[in-house]
Amino acid sequence: MFDDFLVRAMLAGVGVGLAAAPLGCFVIWRRMAYFGDSIAQAAVLGIALSLSLSSPLFIGVLVVCLLMSMAVSGLSGRGFTMDTLLGVMAHGSLAVGLVVVSFLSGVRINLMSYLFGDILAVGKTDLVVIWGGTCIVLGLMVWRWSGLLLSTLNPDLALASGFKPKREQLILSLALAVVVAVAIKVVGVLLITAMLIVPAATARPFSFTPETMAIVAACLAVFCALSGLQVSYLLDTPTGPTIVCLSVLLFILTTLVHRLIFNGLKQSNINHSNKGG
Amino acid sequence: MLIECDKLSVHYGKRKVLSDISLSIKPREIVTILGPNGSGKTTLFKTFIGAVQPSTGQLKKKPGLKIGYVPQQLYIDETLPITVKRFMNLPGGHSKQALADALNHAGVPSLSTQQIMNLSGGQFQRVLLARALLGKPDLLLLDEATQGLDHRGSADFYRQIDSVSQTLGCAVLMISHELHVVMRKTDRVICLNGHICCQGKPESVSGSPEYQALFGLGEESEAALYLHRSHHSYSHSDNTPDV
Repeated sequence: MFDDFLVRAMLAGVGVGLAAAPLGCFVIWRRMAYFGDSIAQAAVLGIALSLSLSSPLFIGVLVVCLLMSMAVSGLSGRGFTMDTLLGVMAHGSLAVGLVVVSFLSGVRINLMSYLFGDILAVGKTDLVVIWGGTCIVLGLMVWRWSGLLLSTLNPDLALASGFKPKREQLILSLALAVVVAVAIKVVGVLLITAMLIVPAATARPFSFTPETMAIVAACLAVFCALSGLQVSYLLDTPTGPTIVCLSVLLFILTTLVHRLIFNGLKQSNINHSNKGG
Repeated sequence: MLIECDKLSVHYGKRKVLSDISLSIKPREIVTILGPNGSGKTTLFKTFIGAVQPSTGQLKKKPGLKIGYVPQQLYIDETLPITVKRFMNLPGGHSKQALADALNHAGVPSLSTQQIMNLSGGQFQRVLLARALLGKPDLLLLDEATQGLDHRGSADFYRQIDSVSQTLGCAVLMISHELHVVMRKTDRVICLNGHICCQGKPESVSGSPEYQALFGLGEESEAALYLHRSHHSYSHSDNTPDV
């Protein structure tokens, strides 16, 4: 069944969604959206390097993303804020990457497929890489869940409970780098942050604990990946952007519905207490 | 002795943050550490909870000492949904009964299913206290726990601490940066400014020249602040902080 490109595309989308959405919850809670965006941009340099060294794409991207996230974590607080450092390094590596690509002789590289992903071209090796990355990220999250969550809530509380917030931060950065590296093939550099953030944001109003938010986000991401694939097949639209479009649509709809229900409840409470009093 | 440090010093890189700290906390004792910003109060706490290693000197803890830590008022992002009971049971391992007991001791028995972000400042501080009580601590560490509460809120909170320390029999070590909000039941005040400047009963500390040098206000600051001075305040019999 892995011979069918649609089956491979579905599995790839599900894999990326499963890893990205729970991680995206932490990205939202810790306000790291720009961090995710920057790592994704830095991936262009990774693409350029692996093309020029003709090494596997995944390795080049992973190495650059890891270096970038460690450099930013290490340098922040030493005269520059994280924001500034990210801006400098992300756009720096994006620009260097684009220049490097222009030097590459031979085949003209279609950068578009890296910027927006090409899920229909996912091969069997890509699938192994994607699911390998998904397992690593989910494994890290389950293993470090308490520490990650407590350090996100408050670093001092984490310290008092015997966790090391700095290490948890590093683990998150590593997981982000892995997600970016495996998601490039599926949604591309420009839309990775959407895969992280949109399902998590959609899950927020319906969740009462962090765990439910992560699980709901993962389910939404899988649903959007599968239905996005279907829609793009029917309408002949680019798949990665279609998946993101659907996620955003779902976000808007659920937010509106939630607002309506919530306000409705409030209104009826007010009416009720007016009648009662 | 619950905790005892002997000539303890802590460096951050080359900068010396704490030098020559010798102090000890006895069971059931209530001690307040008083110091201006940057005096190393929080570093001392971090050394006690094991997050910072002393560079010289010794830190002795009673074997099996359990420490409950109540942080400063903390901010939880609106995007993070979490109920009181989930928050308290993090990293986990406590029974439902233990959670209910801790909330009871902290004076907020009915909050367990509430969302943290819907709590008032005073309620949240009590939830933090309840979380610290979960492990049945011998020593409670309070890091400016009443910051962000108004005077009445602080007074209520200190009253709660007092009742907790009596019912559970734990010692209390707290940080403050003003003598006005030192808890009345404090047995001892320690003035810290990188080293221990002076210590003793609250009333003797407030009159000591070291305290005046550390916290006394020059004419300029007197002109900028309105300070209500009540010299007789230590003779009240209730346990509200001095305002």
